[in-house]
Amino acid sequence: MILFVEQALNGLQYGSMLFLLASGLTLIFGIMGVINLTHGAFYMVGAYSAAFAVLSTGSFLVGIAAALIGAGLYAVLVEVAVVQWLYRRDHLYQVLATLGLILFTNEAVSLIFGRRPPLMDIPPFLQGSVPLLPGLDYPLMRIAFIVTGALVAIGLWALVNHTRVGMLIRAGADDREMVDALGVNIRRLYTLVFGLGGALCGLAGVMAAPLLAIEIGMGERVLITTFVVIVVGGVGSVRGALVGALLVGMVDSLGRAYIPQLLQLSLPASTADTLGAGLVSASIYVLMAIVLLVRPNGLLPARG
Amino acid sequence: MTSRLRLAVITGGLLLLLTAPFLAQLTGSAGLLGLANRIAIYAIAAVSLDLILGYGALVSFGHAMFFGLGGYAVGIIAFHTGAGEPLLGWQGSNAALIVWPLALVACALLAAIVGTLSLKTSGVQFIMITLAFAQMVFFVLVSLQSYGGDDGLLLDRRNTLPFVDLSRPTTFYYVCVALLIGWTAFCARVVNSRFGLVLQALRQSERRAINLGVDPFPFRLTAFVISAIGTGLAGVLWANYARFVSPDMAAWSKSGEFIAIVVLGGLGTLLGPIAGAAVFIALEQILSIWTEHWMIVMGPILTLVALFGRRGIAGRLFGERNG
Repeated sequence: MILFVEQALNGLQYGSMLFLLASGLTLIFGIMGVINLTHGAFYMVGAYSAAFAVLSTGSFLVGIAAALIGAGLYAVLVEVAVVQWLYRRDHLYQVLATLGLILFTNEAVSLIFGRRPPLMDIPPFLQGSVPLLPGLDYPLMRIAFIVTGALVAIGLWALVNHTRVGMLIRAGADDREMVDALGVNIRRLYTLVFGLGGALCGLAGVMAAPLLAIEIGMGERVLITTFVVIVVGGVGSVRGALVGALLVGMVDSLGRAYIPQLLQLSLPASTADTLGAGLVSASIYVLMAIVLLVRPNGLLPARG
Repeated sequence: MTSRLRLAVITGGLLLLLTAPFLAQLTGSAGLLGLANRIAIYAIAAVSLDLILGYGALVSFGHAMFFGLGGYAVGIIAFHTGAGEPLLGWQGSNAALIVWPLALVACALLAAIVGTLSLKTSGVQFIMITLAFAQMVFFVLVSLQSYGGDDGLLLDRRNTLPFVDLSRPTTFYYVCVALLIGWTAFCARVVNSRFGLVLQALRQSERRAINLGVDPFPFRLTAFVISAIGTGLAGVLWANYARFVSPDMAAWSKSGEFIAIVVLGGLGTLLGPIAGAAVFIALEQILSIWTEHWMIVMGPILTLVALFGRRGIAGRLFGERNG
């Protein structure tokens, strides 16, 4: 039981991180119709910026600021230089153009920061763990992660539903020309949304940095998982991103905990280990395939 | 004029492909033959992908799974043969005439399953679900600990053909080129047949085609399977060329590379992807000799190709869609 609660919390924490990435990505896709593979690179840029800032100043808060600014600015740069030419182009070209940007970003980051991955410690005020249940001490850092995810979810909900910018974002998703004709600078709005998506990636990056390894290519692994989240949740909806992120987070962490055990009940140990490892890694893709087959547009699509 | 230019380019390209071993010998650089061989193999995959990408408008972002499966079919059988447990206990089980068709059948089966499931979706969802299936294959390959897992599998020797010595680089190269020419000719027949025309009609306007009484699914599925077989063939040849297979063959970045080659060469032209493969592989080679950080140049090149290269190399040369 304790194990189950712990794994569920891990799932929640992982889902929280996925939500930070998926919400920005789906906002961008829902509004501008661009498949942006560079999204994972923003996450990497955020983590590297944070690690660099923390190494040189020693302050985690400066690290957070550096991640938000670094990833946000890089996203704006990418939008202005490349992505703005890709609206309304075939998805194929968007995939190719942003794939090129990933290769570029990976090399650029390794040139600037070196091949050796930087280390980042858990900041002192988030070290240690909290007793949640008798027999269950849960790390404070992970709890902070979950809380951040929840705050961002609430914040985005408020932004999209209760502010003028949010209203324009929703209107722009439905009818770009109309919003443009009403005198709103839609180009700038798009750049803004893109930068916001990048900043959210940066936040995910700085939170993940002390827990996971900071390395070149960390963006791609999480990017593909983020796509799974979006497709499961429904492309273009932030609510869908939340549901998808939690579902994928849970399936992944519970799968990691229980699939090998379940297999060992029926198979010889060596076969179970091999097969288990493969099944664990593939579990979220199996989830995605099942969801797509039952509901081709995802669980909570933006329209319909 | 255009048709004469076309003929000239095709003849020139063919000559270049056929004389590559002599050129390599003349210039005394053995690397040139390997380069040409890699181009020929990638070109087979690119032509196959273009069949659904260019003619069917189905953006498969997971075609590397067939490349990987084809390669692993060769690798796994070779591994068991080498360990003295040949296929069905038959000593000749490293024969290309047995192993290669077997690998292609495996690819066709996988494609039938993946295609059936994926074609329930379209657009972005299709891109994503093909990617998801490829990731599943990738992780299965990584988890195959007895076949090297992450590190991949070295092959003792190439498959054997009667009367043809595949272990000789030049001979193997010509086999690859022959297969490339044969496969491209086959694909050209396919796209110009009634089947291919229906596929292109579906690309232009699915609704109109449906109203004319076409059921899209069987056409698209067939094209998907043919395309997978071709990509699997490229994987088979790659395993034989490199004598090494690894999960990287099925990685998502490999799928991206294939797409890049097709777009670079020209969507919906079968000869374009061959040129695309040549330019892409040669560029990769040149850049990686020039600097260890060659990706920093290759990345922006891909981006520029996507931004400005709508018609690709072939489109620029010939200005037409078929051929």
